Amino acid sequence: MSIIENHKTNGAAFCENPKLKARDVGVFYGEKQAIFDVSLDIGANEVIALIGPSGCGKSTFLRCLNRMNDTIDICQIRGEILLDGENIYDPKVDVVPLRARVGMVFQKPNPFPKSIYDNVAYGPRIHGLAHSRVDLDEIVEKSLQRAGLWNEVKDRLHSPGTGLSGGQQQRLCIARTIAVDPEVILMDEPCSALDPIATAKIEELIDELRENYTIAIVTHSMQQAARVSQRTAYFHLGQLIEVNPTDQVFTTPQHTLTEAYITGRFG
Amino acid sequence: MNYSSLIIAVLILLGGAYLLGRNRARAIASQGIRLHSLPTHYGALMALWTGLPPLLLLLIWGLAEAPIIDHLLIAQLPEAIQQGTSSEIQLTISKVHNLAIGAGIDAAPELEPAVRHLIDLQQRTLLLHSGMVLSLALLGIALTWRRIKADMRARTEVESIVRRLLFASSGVAVLTTLGILASVLYEAWQFFGKVSPFEFLFGTTWSPQVALRADQSGSSGSFGAVPLFAGTLLISLIAMFIAVPVGLMAAIYLSEYATPTIRQYAKPALEILAGIPTVVYGFFAALTVAPVIRELGESMGLAVSSESALAAGLVMGIMIIPFVSSLSDDVINAVPQSLRDGSYGLGATKSETVKEVVIPAALPGIVGAIMLAVSRAIGETMIVAMAAGLAANLTANPLDSVTTVTVQIVTLLVGDQEFDSPKTLAAFALGLVLFLVTLVLNFVALKVVQKYREQYD
Repeated sequence: MSIIENHKTNGAAFCENPKLKARDVGVFYGEKQAIFDVSLDIGANEVIALIGPSGCGKSTFLRCLNRMNDTIDICQIRGEILLDGENIYDPKVDVVPLRARVGMVFQKPNPFPKSIYDNVAYGPRIHGLAHSRVDLDEIVEKSLQRAGLWNEVKDRLHSPGTGLSGGQQQRLCIARTIAVDPEVILMDEPCSALDPIATAKIEELIDELRENYTIAIVTHSMQQAARVSQRTAYFHLGQLIEVNPTDQVFTTPQHTLTEAYITGRFG
Repeated sequence: MNYSSLIIAVLILLGGAYLLGRNRARAIASQGIRLHSLPTHYGALMALWTGLPPLLLLLIWGLAEAPIIDHLLIAQLPEAIQQGTSSEIQLTISKVHNLAIGAGIDAAPELEPAVRHLIDLQQRTLLLHSGMVLSLALLGIALTWRRIKADMRARTEVESIVRRLLFASSGVAVLTTLGILASVLYEAWQFFGKVSPFEFLFGTTWSPQVALRADQSGSSGSFGAVPLFAGTLLISLIAMFIAVPVGLMAAIYLSEYATPTIRQYAKPALEILAGIPTVVYGFFAALTVAPVIRELGESMGLAVSSESALAAGLVMGIMIIPFVSSLSDDVINAVPQSLRDGSYGLGATKSETVKEVVIPAALPGIVGAIMLAVSRAIGETMIVAMAAGLAANLTANPLDSVTTVTVQIVTLLVGDQEFDSPKTLAAFALGLVLFLVTLVLNFVALKVVQKYREQYD
């Protein structure tokens, strides 16, 4: 493991128009350090894929970006993460509006035990985004349309969201995230519980969403990373090994570990 | 041999049979023959066949012996006694039993042959059943010993016997319930032969005093149970009014807000409440809470009965808190973390998440918990018996004294009563109503909880 003893990230970790900037981020679970000095830019309106073997810290890093790790008591974070130049770990920052700006889609579809409509309306309601019933209807419709789910559910908006298929549930969760009008969407292996057809729909959706949002996606599927992302970051044992444009990572990886991973020698 | 030494003897044989069976299997295996099952399975099989039939025989014998001996004894009694009523015969029989163990108060020469016959019978049956039990055990050893061969499926057989044993155990619980129900039904049926069900269920006067002797005057008995139902309802309502909000909020605190350390101590501490004997709650209610409420009420110029529904209900509510909180805590914890994450990920605060996502998701389970608590409140006896009083007032005023179904059952059955008077039989009718209500409540609660479980598994 001597190859990764120097904490240097290969390739282009920084970009010209960053939406999020992570600087020397370290994460500790109690005594155990899970992430070591990760510095990475996430550009506006780009899709960045975070890949790496299980336990490499890519999900942990993703969860740092909207402070989801706050819910874990023993988790401690060093370094800084800047959203539009403002450190989100500054004590003055309120985590509630932050999470409205940086939304998250989870590995397993997790619709609330409410109707489809109420699932999407949940965020706008708690943030007071809609001023009238008509407003709210409009937000719900627009979000469902953007998530490519409107045509499938428009006739049963008031039936439970848990009654949808897995792929539909995941698109419902994306619609729910879009409804609060975030700037960044974090996706933690959003397709790992879905079949190939549902996965293809979500991937198509991610590509469309890029127009309006900045997206960071953790994935175990290298084909998915190659299909949806512009840049790819490879994590290994808590370190960011290499960041480069996606096509470059998959054709001419700089680091031997990256090469080993994408050619399937481990992971 | 008496029962305990017989049981010990069977157990020793059982242990020996296990070793014997195992060693026989090992001996076969050591000849290089492949056994179907492990040697321990052969041992277990032998032990089961050695132990089970004799123990079963002992059980049946124990149940059947006394009636059979008594029957034989009655045939031996002098003609004059046999002509008597069944209770007179019973009396003589117990007299004979007493004389046989040398505890007779007065000598009765006319019973002398019967006593000798009884002692003789007892000795013979003892010999008979000891012999049968032990030979059954030995027979089990011998037969199984012969059956043990390399290709014998001992494991399959052991497992099917064990499965039947487990089935029988669960059958005991079910049969007991059915037995209780049958006895309550029978007595209630007798009651409804004397008092019309309509009067019982809809009458508003409860005064269960009946004449013990024909020449007694006055109390004709009035069995309108509505005041009891109303009293039970009132006290249960007061109890739930305390227990549901407090229990639910405690559960939310414990499962969502408390740090692991606080939870570690607070949860058991709360559950201790459930471990306090209800009789202790009873005198707490009667001696501490009731006087406080009374003084408080009087200082405000209210007429408070010294045995108020409020005092009993309050204390019962406190007793039920752990039921609500512990069960609700479990269902709240069963709400998947992913739902909370989803809510936090949208920028919801903790309280919004609890209010909008966690509680709705856990609601069916919480409803189930509350219904179980209600059925507990309705069936609770000791607190109300000590603190709620006996006056069957039909009132909705919590400061008044009311009585409950359970309290009346207790008072109806305490003391010397003729067992076929409507007064005592009324207790069974009340018990039947109580049983049915709690049964329905428990059934609905379990259904609700089940439905909830299916949703997330």
